[in-house]
Amino acid sequence: MHDVAKHDDSKGQYFWVWGALLFLTAVEVWLGYRQVFEPVRMLQVLLLLSVIKSALIIGYFMHLKFEKAIMRWMLVISVTGCFVIMYFFFFPDADRVKPPPSGVGIGQKS
Amino acid sequence: MADATLQHNAAAAHGVAGEYEAPLFGAYSKKVGMWLFLASDSLTFGALLFAFSYNRIYTAWPTPFGKESIINATIMTACLLSSSLTMVMAVFAAQRHDSSKTRLWLLATMVFGTAFIVLHGMEWTHLIHEGLSLPAFPKPAGQLDTEYAKISKGVPQFAATFFGLTAMHMLHVTIGVIYLGVVALRKWFLPILGVIYIGAYFAIPADNVFHYAVHALLIGLIVSAVILFLKPKDYDAHDVEVSGLYWHFVDLVWMFIFPLVYLMSTKI
Repeated sequence: MHDVAKHDDSKGQYFWVWGALLFLTAVEVWLGYRQVFEPVRMLQVLLLLSVIKSALIIGYFMHLKFEKAIMRWMLVISVTGCFVIMYFFFFPDADRVKPPPSGVGIGQKS
Repeated sequence: MADATLQHNAAAAHGVAGEYEAPLFGAYSKKVGMWLFLASDSLTFGALLFAFSYNRIYTAWPTPFGKESIINATIMTACLLSSSLTMVMAVFAAQRHDSSKTRLWLLATMVFGTAFIVLHGMEWTHLIHEGLSLPAFPKPAGQLDTEYAKISKGVPQFAATFFGLTAMHMLHVTIGVIYLGVVALRKWFLPILGVIYIGAYFAIPADNVFHYAVHALLIGLIVSAVILFLKPKDYDAHDVEVSGLYWHFVDLVWMFIFPLVYLMSTKI
């Protein structure tokens, strides 16, 4: 019988992870509100920070870090593979179409 | 299939080696099942977020969210992150077989989740009142000439992706709160959910979109009742851990929605 995932039961590390997640959120808010980068670069930076945050949540809060290697790799590779396929499906087309001038939406005159 | 089961039962009865063959993933089936569900659900959200990002790059995207919206969304994010921490504490308490602490931590998680839903509902109501809307929504009184009304007309993708993504996520949070309520309180949760449903239905005005969305609670009540009456049980540490996986996933998805939907549309 396999029991509930056993791992390092020190609660301190979860408070650290929680603090790190709040800190990264504060960094995101600062970057977003100050508009530090242009939109495409901002999208990339925010996505990178989100991936770091999601890795902390999956690894620690969801305990995947403490599961068997085969389960870790099966889940990570399969989901990441699907996202990579989605990326190649969507974004070459996004580059093909040039955006209209800033501040003008589709259907509006410039 | 039946033969295999009989052989397994016979082997188990006679203590034959291999009766408890180690599962491939080293985890009990409920947990593997939840992980597989979450993997598939992540693709649903992934597709929605990819579609959002595609529109965000392709379209001259409006940036209407001011300080008030960003502060509200940041508080919502803090609520969800804190709820994940309380959920971890609930799992620890369940592993120690401390049922009263488990229940308390689960209730704390539900409080944070409910706070998230209420704050999000207030945000939606404010935006709809300001003119950001979809054709299916009840129309606010009077002709609006606000920034949000112009955005709804000029860049319909903005309202569609905003309401689509956040509604999908809010539904997941609502299901999560009901799931945790069932695990924490079992049948005692049903009358509580019923009172919340009736109260919300009569308290929310008919021209508010949540007057209709609140029926999700009724569906949740019916499904929970069917599950609790067909298979009544005391939920153990495994169940708490599996419900925690779902709850953390809801938190995880918001970590992408918050920066993409809110921070990428911040007013300069």
